[in-house]
Amino acid sequence: MTYAGLDIGSRTIVLVEFHEGLKDYAILNTGPDPVHRCQRLLDGKTYQRVVATGYGRHLATTTLAHEAVSEIKAYAVGARHLYPDCRTVVDVGGQDCKAALLSEEGDVRKFEMNDRCAAGTGRFLEVMARALEVGIGELGGHALSATRMTPVNSLCTVFAESEVVSLIARGEDSRTIALGLHDAIATRVAGMVRRVGPTERVVFAGGGALNPCLRRLLGQKLGLDLTVPEQPQIVGALGAALVARASRARV
Amino acid sequence: MADYRSMWTELDLDLDKHDALLQALPGMYEGIFLTQDNRPEAMAYFDFVIGEIHGLRVKELMDHKASGGKVVGLFCVFVPEDLILAAGAIPVGLCAGTQFSVPDAEEVLPRNTCALIKSSFGFKVGRTCPYVQASDFVIGETTCDGKKKMYEILAEYHPTYVMEVPQKKTPLGRELFLDELRGLKVKLEAETGVTITGERLAEATALVEAKRSALRRLHNARKARPVPISGLDALLVTQIAFFDDVVRFTEKVNILCEELEGRIARSEGVAPADAPRILVSGSPMAIPNWKLHRILEDSGAVVVGEESCTGTRYFTSAVAENDGTLEGQLAAIADRQLETHCACFTPNDERIDDILTLAAGWDVDGVVHYNLQFCHTFANEAVKVEKALASKDAPLLRIETDYSDEDMGQIRNRVDAFLEMVRR
Repeated sequence: MTYAGLDIGSRTIVLVEFHEGLKDYAILNTGPDPVHRCQRLLDGKTYQRVVATGYGRHLATTTLAHEAVSEIKAYAVGARHLYPDCRTVVDVGGQDCKAALLSEEGDVRKFEMNDRCAAGTGRFLEVMARALEVGIGELGGHALSATRMTPVNSLCTVFAESEVVSLIARGEDSRTIALGLHDAIATRVAGMVRRVGPTERVVFAGGGALNPCLRRLLGQKLGLDLTVPEQPQIVGALGAALVARASRARV
Repeated sequence: MADYRSMWTELDLDLDKHDALLQALPGMYEGIFLTQDNRPEAMAYFDFVIGEIHGLRVKELMDHKASGGKVVGLFCVFVPEDLILAAGAIPVGLCAGTQFSVPDAEEVLPRNTCALIKSSFGFKVGRTCPYVQASDFVIGETTCDGKKKMYEILAEYHPTYVMEVPQKKTPLGRELFLDELRGLKVKLEAETGVTITGERLAEATALVEAKRSALRRLHNARKARPVPISGLDALLVTQIAFFDDVVRFTEKVNILCEELEGRIARSEGVAPADAPRILVSGSPMAIPNWKLHRILEDSGAVVVGEESCTGTRYFTSAVAENDGTLEGQLAAIADRQLETHCACFTPNDERIDDILTLAAGWDVDGVVHYNLQFCHTFANEAVKVEKALASKDAPLLRIETDYSDEDMGQIRNRVDAFLEMVRR
């Protein structure tokens, strides 16, 4: 029996198939019509049960999924599956970032999540990568190659972009600016993580965890070892698939 | 609804803009309120009030004015309604709860001002609120810096009187506030030509006390599990308390409470007994601000109380027995008003105690701290609220927002996660 988890995020849609273990996954850009994209992903496939998470979860429950769970829960369940001793989950996604503290049993005890503002999210890094004309996949490495840091004060995506433009105009090296940007975002995320009172093991997931500079700075600021799953961006969808399996068992 | 256009013209409303506002309301109201399951029958009256919100009630105010009475607008629970009633005037809480009037305000006020201030100001400059238009003057107060300075600008558009609310609950603060009440009495007498006697004030206080007592009865009915009334409906009733006729409103709330008490006796509720019970605490929710309750209750929770100026802070405390002299009554009213545990005071630990008491007494599963963006007093006090609740192992979700719908998705996200966490 195969279960599916569908994480419909602001930037990407992730589908995870689970059958006694992670079977397969797919990642697509969300685009303007996520329901249609999801339909294409699910086309011709049958699952025992589908659970949706992410911003589009309620869209999906009308036609595509049996149930919706919050991303907090999905990330918690996904991270616990990969690391049964996980007590803290940090997720830097496309449009939000969050931190959740888990009980020994894996229940969410406390969480923090950014509000409407995109500061400290993947979107922030995307916009800055564009301003620096560096691919989003290379931005972290680019920053790590800097020998010093140009501090960036603004965390607002719009203001920070203007700040970056003026730093470029001042002749600052794009690598040192990139490092400053990572430092700003890591400070913000670390503040959020501290608010939940992180307990090890700390799992860092979401697309933001693919960025090596953010991984290093966040770990340094928290003074904690961060565990990054092999595919950090599918943890939410994996959690949703596991919720699908668990609720099936209860029926 | 009857044709009120000539009345609105007389009130100098911007008719086109006002039409746009009134066209939006019925669909919104229907979608939020009328689609709820198992509503108490007695809510029909409150539905009617909303249906006539810029009609019949405004006409009553105009009739009152035609017969020589005055109408006084207000924004805050610190302004004593009974003193206004004792002068033969009608107090009305002014419109301040919608994004609709915010763009008008932002042409004048700084954008980074709280939505409540912008909305109320926008209704005046945009001429879209018949209540402020009908009012002979408005009474402001100094409960926050934003409002305090806004009133100075509002005074350029409408007669505005500002009374001072102290920042500390000390004997000196009480003295100041009592003196403010004396000053307000003189102001009201000058405006109305009515002399406020001890007898008149006692009668007015009795009316307002009966209203508060009915609201307390409603509040107590929400202790039941399953809860007999939705948070949305209970909030609506409290919101209507600010502008409806005091005697009629009191009677209708008591009728509602009888129905609710019948439901409780039969263990009938509007939500399953295991629905997560939420206490909302923080900034006031002026009509038609139903955003947070709507998200919470759409997501399967039920709101069982509001620790708010559109909640317990409005009706919990009562004017104490006194010697019946005018001065004795004013002192008792001052004491009562200063028992309002608003974040404008420092320190304000009584509010923390209130939240803990409500959380325990109303069998609450989680507290949602509601904070209007740029409301610094409540935002900062939330830090203490969070600490106090954490010490009792009670979950808290902090929401900071305004009146726009742009963050509905983000709030829903956090609310869903919070409810998953607190669900028993």
